[in-house]
Amino acid sequence: MSTASATRTAPRHRKPRKQLDHAQRMRRTGWLLSAPAVLIMLAVAIAPLVDAAWLSLFHKRLTTPDANSFAGLSNYWVVLKDPLWWTDVWTTLALTVLTVSVEFVIGFGLAQLMQRALYLRRTLRTIVLIPYGIVTVVSAYAWRYAFDPSTGFVNDWFGTDVAWFDHRWTALFVIALSEIWKTTPFMSLLLLGGLIQVSPDVHEAARVDGAGPWQRLTRVTLPIMKQAILVALLFRTMDAFRIFDSVFVMTGGANDTETVSFLAYRQLVSRTALGLGSAISVLLFACVLLIAFLFIKLFRTDVSKLGSPT
Amino acid sequence: MSQPSPAREGVRTLVSVVVIAITVLPLAWMLSLSFKSGDDINNAQFLPKTWSLDNYRTVFRNDLFTDALRNSIGISLIATAIAVACATGTAYAIVRMEFPGKRLILLGALAIAMFPTIAVVGPLFDMWRTIGLFDTWIGLILPYLSFTMPLSIWTLTSFFKQIPWALEDAARIDGASAWQAFRYVIAPMAVPAVVTTAILVFFFAWNDFVFSVSLTSTNNSRTVPAALAFFTGASQFQQPTAAIAAASVVVSVPVIVLVLVFQKRIVAGITSGAVKE
Repeated sequence: MSTASATRTAPRHRKPRKQLDHAQRMRRTGWLLSAPAVLIMLAVAIAPLVDAAWLSLFHKRLTTPDANSFAGLSNYWVVLKDPLWWTDVWTTLALTVLTVSVEFVIGFGLAQLMQRALYLRRTLRTIVLIPYGIVTVVSAYAWRYAFDPSTGFVNDWFGTDVAWFDHRWTALFVIALSEIWKTTPFMSLLLLGGLIQVSPDVHEAARVDGAGPWQRLTRVTLPIMKQAILVALLFRTMDAFRIFDSVFVMTGGANDTETVSFLAYRQLVSRTALGLGSAISVLLFACVLLIAFLFIKLFRTDVSKLGSPT
Repeated sequence: MSQPSPAREGVRTLVSVVVIAITVLPLAWMLSLSFKSGDDINNAQFLPKTWSLDNYRTVFRNDLFTDALRNSIGISLIATAIAVACATGTAYAIVRMEFPGKRLILLGALAIAMFPTIAVVGPLFDMWRTIGLFDTWIGLILPYLSFTMPLSIWTLTSFFKQIPWALEDAARIDGASAWQAFRYVIAPMAVPAVVTTAILVFFFAWNDFVFSVSLTSTNNSRTVPAALAFFTGASQFQQPTAAIAAASVVVSVPVIVLVLVFQKRIVAGITSGAVKE
């Protein structure tokens, strides 16, 4: 594209000087057009992140402004030594693994359905988008009230008598359900994008060669969709790992349902312990990086092509 | 998709109906709850015995909610407009111009899209308090911008790549001015992409909870999701369940309308941002 536009203006002035001017002008305009977006991202995302790393090295609490002393890595030590951190890490991991794997299976089925269903296909594609748009806090309330023993209909419908939010695993189960409801559409749309790339001809050829449905799925469909699957799983895993809203609304972190993001929030905002909270933030960030790294290693995919429109 | 057998099609239709029912269930429940009043709220039934609009009256008489609604609308719209405007410029530059650093911009944006928002809340909380942006509209708009910009840049870049820019040259050769070529040839093809991106950005801002709950403290700038979490009902002694349900229905309406109207574009937006080529 760009070379085409370069040659477009070039022919009339074949002198190399003009050519250079044009390239220079293009570079300047390119930077100029990108500047606002880049500056905002630097100022409100990168800079605070660097600041968080810096703050994590200090004993700093807003309630005691004078006691701002250098702490070295001791904040990290305090966090990593605390069993609460590890409980929260396991809770977050359990939620992430549970939700993402269930979402992948349902999402894949849903993508197939959206591609193949003759009737209701349009309705399906529209309706399925609604959870994606709904405010997470709203969906969390809907599920909370549904499972609440006094207001909810769930115990009534299923003949159970469970105080869902009084126990760790039942509470996490409801939290996971609401997350799955909310984000499966996103997963299924990404997978549908990959599914569309699998041409019916290839399938037909495999069938003629005697491949059964399972073989066609594992040997033909999934390998062709590899890229889309990687992107869908990676995006959802990173997103699931920072779960916050649903936990806040449903349990407030009670009964060992606190997640890592919630712990960071509690230290930073409720307790205004900026040093300790920042250390947790940095650790959370490191976890997310680690997840991304593992995924890319696992799938052995060229990172430069990852979800890239280039 | 060889010979579609009626039996298979029947199963698919049945599954579709089940999926649609499960998707709609929590929303129907919120809607039903929002019309319940008095003892109905605690009777563990799905539908109300008597339908009442009391909760909607309560909610619209409550400053906490009406202010939050105003904040949500204002902040989300402003953030969307600025984010899309800046990202359009960047995406155009990336697609149409050769300049060093454009790859870095794309990768940097991807990195930002991935990192946990809570990680920047601490420093922002501290900085905003120092420079007086805590609990203001700008204090929320800025973080929304930086976290929606990556999404916008990626989506727009991938859309813009599909635009046949050669048509612009063709129009110029046919005698159109640069402005005419842009206005009549390129703009009509670019506008759908920009609208799609705007909807996705709006969803993000409308949905945000982390920033709103951490960087605001009063009705000045608290948005609806955060306000819902601090809702206490008409009086201290009343359980706010039904009022929260009514408020939830109110904030969900704009989203559902957007989804119904722009269904195709949203699908295109979600998939193009991530899995094109």
